[in-house]
Amino acid sequence: MSTETLSVGTGAIGDADIFAARQEFSGGLPDWFTTMQREHWTRFLESPDPTRLDETWRFSDLRPLSKIAGFVPTPFEKPDADDLIARSNTVKNPAGQLVFVDDNLAAARVMDAELEKKGVIFTTLFDALNNHGDLVREYFMKETPQLGSEKYEALHVALVRSGVFLYVPDGVEVDRPFVVYNWTQQEKGAVFPHTLFVSGKHSKSTLVEFQRAASTETEHLVISNAHVFSGDGSETNHRIIQDWNTKTLSFQLNTNNADRDTNAKSIIVNVGSSQARQEVHGKIFGSGSNVEMYSVNVPRKDQQFDQRTLQTHLAPHSRSDLLFKNALLDKSRTIFSGLIIVEEGAQQTDAYQTNNNLMLSGDAESNALPGLEIKANDVKCSHGATTGRIDESNLFYFLARGITRSKAHELIVFGFLEEVIEKFGDEALEDYVRGRLAEKSLA
Amino acid sequence: MNTLEIKNLNVTIDGQRILKDFSLTLPKGEVHALMGPNGTGKSTLAKALSGHEDYEIESGEALLDGEDIIGMEPDEIARAGLFMAFQYPSEIPGVTIANFIRAALTARLNEGETFRAPDFYKELYARMDELKIDRKFTSRFVNEGFSGGEKKRCEILQMAMLKPRYAIMDETDSGLDIDALKIVAEGVNKMRGPDLGILIITHYQRLLNYIVPDKVHVMADGAIVRSGGPELALELEEKGYESVTAEPAGASS
Repeated sequence: MSTETLSVGTGAIGDADIFAARQEFSGGLPDWFTTMQREHWTRFLESPDPTRLDETWRFSDLRPLSKIAGFVPTPFEKPDADDLIARSNTVKNPAGQLVFVDDNLAAARVMDAELEKKGVIFTTLFDALNNHGDLVREYFMKETPQLGSEKYEALHVALVRSGVFLYVPDGVEVDRPFVVYNWTQQEKGAVFPHTLFVSGKHSKSTLVEFQRAASTETEHLVISNAHVFSGDGSETNHRIIQDWNTKTLSFQLNTNNADRDTNAKSIIVNVGSSQARQEVHGKIFGSGSNVEMYSVNVPRKDQQFDQRTLQTHLAPHSRSDLLFKNALLDKSRTIFSGLIIVEEGAQQTDAYQTNNNLMLSGDAESNALPGLEIKANDVKCSHGATTGRIDESNLFYFLARGITRSKAHELIVFGFLEEVIEKFGDEALEDYVRGRLAEKSLA
Repeated sequence: MNTLEIKNLNVTIDGQRILKDFSLTLPKGEVHALMGPNGTGKSTLAKALSGHEDYEIESGEALLDGEDIIGMEPDEIARAGLFMAFQYPSEIPGVTIANFIRAALTARLNEGETFRAPDFYKELYARMDELKIDRKFTSRFVNEGFSGGEKKRCEILQMAMLKPRYAIMDETDSGLDIDALKIVAEGVNKMRGPDLGILIITHYQRLLNYIVPDKVHVMADGAIVRSGGPELALELEEKGYESVTAEPAGASS
């Protein structure tokens, strides 16, 4: 470990003075931000723990939540992680790249100089707070998922100290992706990665986040937030590949906010975590927009993936499409709870919500709670959840061609997931995801 | 040895006996047609030989070049060299034709052999051109959204790529219009040769105008009741199954 380790910030979340101790190191940050952190710390302390009576926690396993107090926010130090930096190379030739280890910037920021000249900002959240404070203030926690994890969101805001700010100015189109790697390393460490992605009018950009652990053996708490603001006429592509180790309790609390005529697309792949809570709220503020929220989930062993989604249509003539595909192995569990809300006046809305579960084991369990709440009278909405096993006649077709049973299973499962994977629209990344799923979940 | 020799096969499904001491010898290099009315056990024969678990084989043998395939797993039977062209091919979401055939070929590689993608695509495109299948279909998902004719052509494409020693074509002509039938027949005729034995299961004589068989067998109630040359198919067409099967069985070969 580095010798630059500081003596504070090593208490656990449950320690009375942890917040004050960490605030000593927020010197130089804007007052509005530190005030907000203080308020959220209070909110965290005062919010009750979720119970299974809460609709937003129905079917959830709440036991792991009691362990949160024992995790230790990682110290402020420059990480010693040359190997992790070297392994942060999945996307070749990115437009920009940031590598964090335990919430500390680990490698020098990579950024295309041409884009910098055009006004693109791609930097750490703290750098952005210091140098683009007003811009960050306009968007930071402006929208929240409101899907049940408010207490943990408050903890995130109180203790956040790391993250990414991507700002693409009006009219700037960037084809190559911006890439973020977040690594966990310290045993019992708690991290709070934050992503704020703001796209200007008629801009186009892609942000890819890789979430990984240095070791398979360490325990971690991760409470991530990601908020995308797609300006009028812009195209945003946001991808998260959640690949924490299987001793991680993770939260991914996201909003996708669309103005007029946007094409806002997000994909989340869940591979890792012991328990992964995923909240996604698509908010359509403008008309003529297309908002896509897709997710691929392959839980195995005792993994539990808890998915809560909301599509809120506030403006007419927009479309949203949500597709969550889960392939469950072993004793894994998924909970999908999705709601479409079409507000009064949001006429001519097209909203779709689909959850497909492929059960690969008799011991796996999937729960689906799809819902609609429509206050406009001229809309097209559909929601549906399916749960099924591998079709025997399909399996026989593979076998009759000489393909082994295990290879047939693999191809059928990948075929099932392909509907989402092919939406990456980036062959190298698609191949990476397929390979990672094969290696980690289906091997 | 160079035969697919089915001897006294007895097959039940849900406790009901469908094939009754069924025997047939298909020499490599020949094309035989197995005809008969619906419900006589033609498709049962195809499924049972493919190793489908719903079909219980009570007794009998099926020797593929001397090796008994009864009791083997379906994928082992396929790799041993028996190909089944399905009457109703499955639709496989998310798996492209190229990947599907590639997986089937990869499963046949011997230890130390590697799959050569450029050679594979070269051959795949050539076969697709022959069968008038648009090359774009390589990235289509297997049979998903295909017309009846496209599905059957896709079966023949797989057969051409996998190069079996024996092929059973189960009602390949059903659901085909005349143009599709001609294309399929042409594809099969190109594959005819000393290294392949083909058993065409069909209800109608129509396909046999385009794929002229060396022998025709007529099946009734779970066994072959008559065998003969291609002219037998015409006789069936003319007189109907009832009168033909009522006549005494000819010498089964």
